[in-house]
Amino acid sequence: MLIKRKEKWQESENSVTGENAYLNRRNILLGAAAAGAATIIPSVLAQPQRKLNALSARKTDYSPGESPSPEEAITQYNNYYEFGTGKSDPAQNAWRLQPKPWSIQVDGLVDKPATYGIEDLIDFNALEERIYRHRCVEAWSMVMPWIGVPLSSVLKKIGVQSGAKYVRFETLADKEQMPGLRWPVLDWPYTEALRMDEAMNDLSFLVVGLYGKELPNQNGAPVRLAVPWKYGFKHVKSIVRISLTEEQPVTTWQASAPREYGFYSNVNPEVSHPRWSQARERRIGEFGRRPTEMFNGYGELVADMYAGMDLARNF
Amino acid sequence: MPEGMNTVTSITTNQLRRYGKPIVFLALLVPAIWLTWNWWLAFQYQPNGLGFNPQETSNRFTGDWAMRILLMSLALSPLAKLIKSPKPILFRRMVGLFAFFYVCLHITSYVWLDMLFDWVELWADVMKRLYITVGFAAFLLFIPLAVTSTKGWIKRLSARRWQTLHRSVYVIGVLVIVHFIMMRKGFQAEPLIYAGILATLYLLRVKRVRALLGRA
Repeated sequence: MLIKRKEKWQESENSVTGENAYLNRRNILLGAAAAGAATIIPSVLAQPQRKLNALSARKTDYSPGESPSPEEAITQYNNYYEFGTGKSDPAQNAWRLQPKPWSIQVDGLVDKPATYGIEDLIDFNALEERIYRHRCVEAWSMVMPWIGVPLSSVLKKIGVQSGAKYVRFETLADKEQMPGLRWPVLDWPYTEALRMDEAMNDLSFLVVGLYGKELPNQNGAPVRLAVPWKYGFKHVKSIVRISLTEEQPVTTWQASAPREYGFYSNVNPEVSHPRWSQARERRIGEFGRRPTEMFNGYGELVADMYAGMDLARNF
Repeated sequence: MPEGMNTVTSITTNQLRRYGKPIVFLALLVPAIWLTWNWWLAFQYQPNGLGFNPQETSNRFTGDWAMRILLMSLALSPLAKLIKSPKPILFRRMVGLFAFFYVCLHITSYVWLDMLFDWVELWADVMKRLYITVGFAAFLLFIPLAVTSTKGWIKRLSARRWQTLHRSVYVIGVLVIVHFIMMRKGFQAEPLIYAGILATLYLLRVKRVRALLGRA
């Protein structure tokens, strides 16, 4: 007899069925809506997308028991300011990005500092698919079928030195490929960081694929971060540099508005963004708002790391 | 109305009243019709133009149009002075009331479609979120202007007091732009463009500035 232990962060089986059926009704309709819009808008404004090759990945237990959001929503409703500040700008402009070949500069407190080809850091034969909830700081959310490898696997390859306390990531900042860089919306290059224990947590995931294929440009090709208990802007895209540091790095949004965006940026319904409440969120495709869960529902896997910390101050 | 003053066009005031006003009226109605039509489609689960976050789309769409039409209404007086014709003033009340109409749609979109009449949360938002407080203040200031927009009210208040009251539109203009700037994340160009247009429209009201342009 098969006994399956249910983790607390997983939905119970009976709620899964109900929720799936419930969500699907809307997803199908939303998908139809998207298909309608998709045929008109990009064909006029954008260049064709690069061909996305299929990726083979094993499925893991990291699934919240909710259906992934429609592929059209995930790939056409994006915040990627390097390609423009509008939600549809990345899907229209990201065709300029050249994700192949791709190299990543690794420096700081590592045993093997070098500029690596992406294939040297990420084992494409060990890809897993994980279904993660994704909560944007703007109070909307989706469910993402990511494909990738644990961040810890890459950190092990580059050799973390004992003094390293933080992992800092940088996004590509190339004016030729990214029209959004012409205006200083943010202090480019986009920089994000994790504390070492956060980076080594099994949930921290380096994403190279979506919906069974390579990651589309507008979602951060060829490699981006997924840390589902944190707000979406921590999920740094198109990573070109990984640095291990002793000092806590200043992240881009922290530098832009320190009162609004903290270093940790853990999803927390009790700590409001100064300009809007974080208590509830709109799941894309649903009409109303649903309550936001502490750590986006991943508390059992991550809460220990923040034991004793005042999360209202360390927001 | 002194017809001979018009140097730009030979369209008469009567023609503007008879044809110009309905045309402008219909044109200013187009965004509202587009929005209503698309929400109707959305409620029928039909493909629509509201995108993946329809509430966000409609909040922004109605806010954008309220702001644009308010700027249009503020452009009519300086335009009249610049072309030395009172004709643009014919449209001022209508355009101003359309701005108020889109403000009402903006609030409807937020209160109904976005917040689903959750009054507790709404009140908390108005009090706690400065940009919503600012937007709400602009709305409150706008109400007396819309109410007193009729000829009857001009008489009742006397033209001078009416004009003083309606100068509060300059405060509303500033509040609206501040509301827009505060709503955006990061350092974005679009709100600054609107702020620049507003500032230009205010400056054109200063005689000396117009004199510099050679059209005092």
